[in-house]
Amino acid sequence: MDVVIKLTLALMGLSLCLAFVRLIKGPSLPDRVVALELFSTLIVGIIGVISIQTDVASFLDVTIVMALMAFLAAIGFARFLERGGPRDD
Amino acid sequence: MIEVIKGTLLLSGAVFMLLAAVGVLRLPDLLTRMHATTKAAALGVSLVMLAVALHFAEVAVVARAFGVIIFILMTAPVAAHVIGRAGYFVGSRLWSGTVKDELRPNYDPLTHELKSGLETEANARHLPRDGDPP
Repeated sequence: MDVVIKLTLALMGLSLCLAFVRLIKGPSLPDRVVALELFSTLIVGIIGVISIQTDVASFLDVTIVMALMAFLAAIGFARFLERGGPRDD
Repeated sequence: MIEVIKGTLLLSGAVFMLLAAVGVLRLPDLLTRMHATTKAAALGVSLVMLAVALHFAEVAVVARAFGVIIFILMTAPVAAHVIGRAGYFVGSRLWSGTVKDELRPNYDPLTHELKSGLETEANARHLPRDGDPP
């Protein structure tokens, strides 16, 4: 089980790195917002795995807050983008 | 037995998340990238949370894990729709191999107006209404 958890965390860390490459590369602001969305989803998964590893169930509350914040951030970014009108970046 | 199921759920969840990350890195434009992240990442989180529920097997924890799953499954499509809409309106380029863009003939980027294609002449006319800014 320990090996499985380590492997899972490694895969998720690799996913974070790949999403980070997209966050750096862009090319436009909506692409970066999508990468950030993926970030928060990945972090929810990582916290779930860590709650299994450490046997602490309270970490699940953190995942709920994290998912909520990610959703609100996505809505806020979308409002911000649409208010700006056509852009070229 | 439960250990085996748990390990399988964890690993498949991680693999789906890795697929989402590879998709967001490799796919060519905004909408295809969103197609990768929204579905694959939501499924990955759901599988991991199922593993958490199996691991603890208490009522309080299972309820919270299912709460997370339902929340993710409800908010991921909404967030994807909102970001996709904003991305289309701010003019992000579509992939050169796109075969169909059904919004294009019905959307006017200058006036930011959408048409359904079913308007009558009377409906399409722009009349002043209560509450319009002067």
